[in-house]
Amino acid sequence: MANLIEDLKLDEFKEEVLKAYPKKVARKRAKSIVVNDPDAIPVIQANVRTIPGIITQRGCTYAGCKGVVLGPTRDIVNLTHGPIGCGFYSWLTRRNQTRPATADAPNYMTYCFSTDMQDSNIVFGGEEKLKQAIREAHELFHPKGIAIFSTCPVGLIGDDVHRVARHMKEEFPDCNIFGFSCEGYRGVSQSAGHHIANNGLYKNLIGRNDNYKRKYKYAVNVLGEYNIGGDAFVIEELFDKIGVDLIATMSGNSTLEQFESAHTADFSLVMCHRSINYVAEMLETSFGIPWAKANFIGAEATAKTLRKVGEYFGDQELIDRIEKVIEEEMVPVKAAAEKARKKTEGKTAMLFVGGSRAHHYQELFSELGMETLTAGYEFGHRDDYEGRRVIPTIQVDADSRNIEEITVHPDPTRFKPRKTEEELKQLKEAFDIEFNEYKGLMHDMKKGTLAIDDLSHYEMEKLIEMYKPDIFCAGVKEKYVVQKMGIPLKQLHNYDSGGPYAGFAGAANFYRDIEMISCSTIFKQMKAPWEREEYVEAEYVFN
Amino acid sequence: MNTTETNTIKKPKMGSPVGVGGYVSTRNSCKLCAPLGASLVFKGIEGCVPLLHGSQGCATYIRRYMISHFKEPVDIASSNFSEESTIYGGSRNFITGIDNIIKQYKPTVIGIASTCLSETIGEDIPGHIRHYQEANEGNGKTLPTFIHASTPSYAGSHAEGFHNTVLATIKTLAEYEKAGSHVTILPGMVSPADLRYLKELLSDFGIKFTLFPDYSETLDNEYTAEYQLIPTGGTPIHEIQRIGNSKAVIEFGSMFNKTALRSKDKGTIQTAGEWLESTHYIKNHQMPLPIGIAATDRFIAALKDITGLELPEYHRKERGRLVDSYVDGHKYIFGKKALLYGEIDLVEALAEWCREIGIEPYYIKSTDFETLRAEANNIKPDFLLGNSKGYYIARERGIPLVRVGFPIHDRVGANRMHHIGYRGTQELFDRVVNTLLEYKQEHSPIGFKYM
Repeated sequence: MANLIEDLKLDEFKEEVLKAYPKKVARKRAKSIVVNDPDAIPVIQANVRTIPGIITQRGCTYAGCKGVVLGPTRDIVNLTHGPIGCGFYSWLTRRNQTRPATADAPNYMTYCFSTDMQDSNIVFGGEEKLKQAIREAHELFHPKGIAIFSTCPVGLIGDDVHRVARHMKEEFPDCNIFGFSCEGYRGVSQSAGHHIANNGLYKNLIGRNDNYKRKYKYAVNVLGEYNIGGDAFVIEELFDKIGVDLIATMSGNSTLEQFESAHTADFSLVMCHRSINYVAEMLETSFGIPWAKANFIGAEATAKTLRKVGEYFGDQELIDRIEKVIEEEMVPVKAAAEKARKKTEGKTAMLFVGGSRAHHYQELFSELGMETLTAGYEFGHRDDYEGRRVIPTIQVDADSRNIEEITVHPDPTRFKPRKTEEELKQLKEAFDIEFNEYKGLMHDMKKGTLAIDDLSHYEMEKLIEMYKPDIFCAGVKEKYVVQKMGIPLKQLHNYDSGGPYAGFAGAANFYRDIEMISCSTIFKQMKAPWEREEYVEAEYVFN
Repeated sequence: MNTTETNTIKKPKMGSPVGVGGYVSTRNSCKLCAPLGASLVFKGIEGCVPLLHGSQGCATYIRRYMISHFKEPVDIASSNFSEESTIYGGSRNFITGIDNIIKQYKPTVIGIASTCLSETIGEDIPGHIRHYQEANEGNGKTLPTFIHASTPSYAGSHAEGFHNTVLATIKTLAEYEKAGSHVTILPGMVSPADLRYLKELLSDFGIKFTLFPDYSETLDNEYTAEYQLIPTGGTPIHEIQRIGNSKAVIEFGSMFNKTALRSKDKGTIQTAGEWLESTHYIKNHQMPLPIGIAATDRFIAALKDITGLELPEYHRKERGRLVDSYVDGHKYIFGKKALLYGEIDLVEALAEWCREIGIEPYYIKSTDFETLRAEANNIKPDFLLGNSKGYYIARERGIPLVRVGFPIHDRVGANRMHHIGYRGTQELFDRVVNTLLEYKQEHSPIGFKYM
């Protein structure tokens, strides 16, 4: 396999692709395309502005805040303050799966709440309309919470969503009303919106409920899991099986109360490091809850994560239960993998998606015997590639300064370290549990593979043309471009309406889907007989 | 009472729960934003790459919606405003954006639409274009043609964005020369299949024509051995230029860009056809989208009127088969109630067709989904006729949804759906009748398989 990567000469890509760019652009892009060496991880440029006119996968700050982090919470009225487009486009997407406890329990995710600003609101200000919108939502639904999301014009015309939130909270003391300054232009990508959302969760929700009633002895949070394709449902079921309380999933299938009680957990597991590491840190600083990187994508990764939970609590009964669950769950998974591998072994994949998915899904591909040639994030930062060790060296630019940094102090009454320094050290030594650490994507990618940040459309086309992977993973925006090039694309933000892919059951689903894609015969039909080379050759011989 | 208004539901007097002003935030909008409409028009120009001047999220969201509907690559560039460009202006981003589009795509046209952001800070896009041209022309470079449309989303929906961009493009490019013999068709927001149908019909007629916009290929492309950076197809620039000397214009629609709430424009808004008539003295035949026999007959009559040519046999027979199928199917649909929603141009044309075949249409102009949902309780429709976004109402009521218009992101083949002409009506009619038959069959305690 190592030979495969060498043979492909992935290092030639950079020179080839940069030719088409104007000089300045080429210089800038060169820093975001690096050949990996896990033993001496090179520096990659990430989280810098996309160059105008270069078509990007990235979305905006609003999308990260409203669409990603707060979107999957069902009992908060998520109100978009702005003209209609932004609210409409983020209305009930495939991320927004949720399971209310009862048929009449609140679920506002099916609504597209928007102030639908008009010309006169832009000219004369939209705060009054926003207040009216909040009154209306409150009167109709009596929600426990209303969150206000700012779109581009809001900041420009000077509407103060935070002032409106305070004002309305006085009017409706029974409702938690808070605003986000997540105007689209504020950051480099969705990532700025995640950060703004994390700050808001901490300031307005976390720590408000001390009365969480546990079902089991131990309790954890899963942070950065957004329930795409029902992944969070699978993870919830797993925790129930091993007998551990999952207090808060942030934010797949979540409720306001889950955020409010997250500080009562014993341990935080971080799935998508990029979008939620701020909350993990705040929970630790403020309440003493340690966090560790986790991964429920891939059967082996899931087993490893569950074992980590057992080792963390150090309870033999729990450890036994976990082993039993793993043993049972692995049976059908192994069978599915074995079957799929007949078709998938030795094939190649490229992954360009998200802020963690391009890393996590390499697990599943390796379980299928497939090699990941290149990977990159849409909105990752350097630490997501190179590991958290580089955080002190990341330059703070104007775009990062834009985002409020909130100072977090230990809670005067509720800060209680769940583990002593000594215990954490022992856990690290005995079980290799790395607390407050993420080693990044490049650590796990082979020597000679490529890491590319914020892959442009053009670079994607070049990658496919030069290396013809067997499968390309990205989102719907890339899907039809890639498929027009004769390569199947697997959507990892929507799963092509498939999934779930998390946990054991999810892994088996994924194997089946990739096996199916690998066997697909349609790509053979793409060229007409008269366009095929063999046809021409055959004709030549017969003549 | 105007016939097209017969079954229009009067805007319900529901009164806001908070008093004056009506509902604000809780109604589930039934419209998208203006730059989406603009992008659609720009995709219908040959060799064109659209650029949205504003925050990158606009291009990303709009691409996602168009791609999910058409299931085709849709490249839309952005000038990627940062906080800095928001404060000091976006001219530098504009220049870099244009430079990079030219270098990567070598387009013949760049269509630039404004967004809420650039409109709010008052970006002078025509000024940016002029400066760019002044700085780059003359040194041997051939620059693409630039077209600019003003499309803030707080002043109209995607439908306004569409029609305003048709108007802006024609205003920018139309020549003013001796009238020719060709006819200009401005079809409005129809599907790629509809556009192909129009081209076939007009060619069969033997009419010289210009169809604008034409995204029949760019948004419903074949598989090509070589990937096309800019897909082939689209109305060529020279054809848009000669719209200015066409013999006549036919434009489909009833509301066009006239629902905009922008106070300064009230009463002064013109459609592209009206502008051509008032400035270029070209006879404008404005008519609803040709859905149904009567509406299509009106269109065919206009074509005959303008050119003196006769409807070709093949198409006359399509009409004949449609009439025949009306007879075959009428008993299964007569008296059924349909709840319609979507762009007003489409809804009003569909309503007229419903009346033609004996279905009672119900719709509210410029409404939202929650009002529709509430009205559905009174009307008790037998089915919904509209885009994917109304699915939740159909699901809640346990009735079928016949998908038409935009966006259709929960089915494949939206670009191949016919809506207009005898052929489009035939397809719609068959779909509606079969949907109602299937509903009846599935709800029958016996499960007949013969009718």
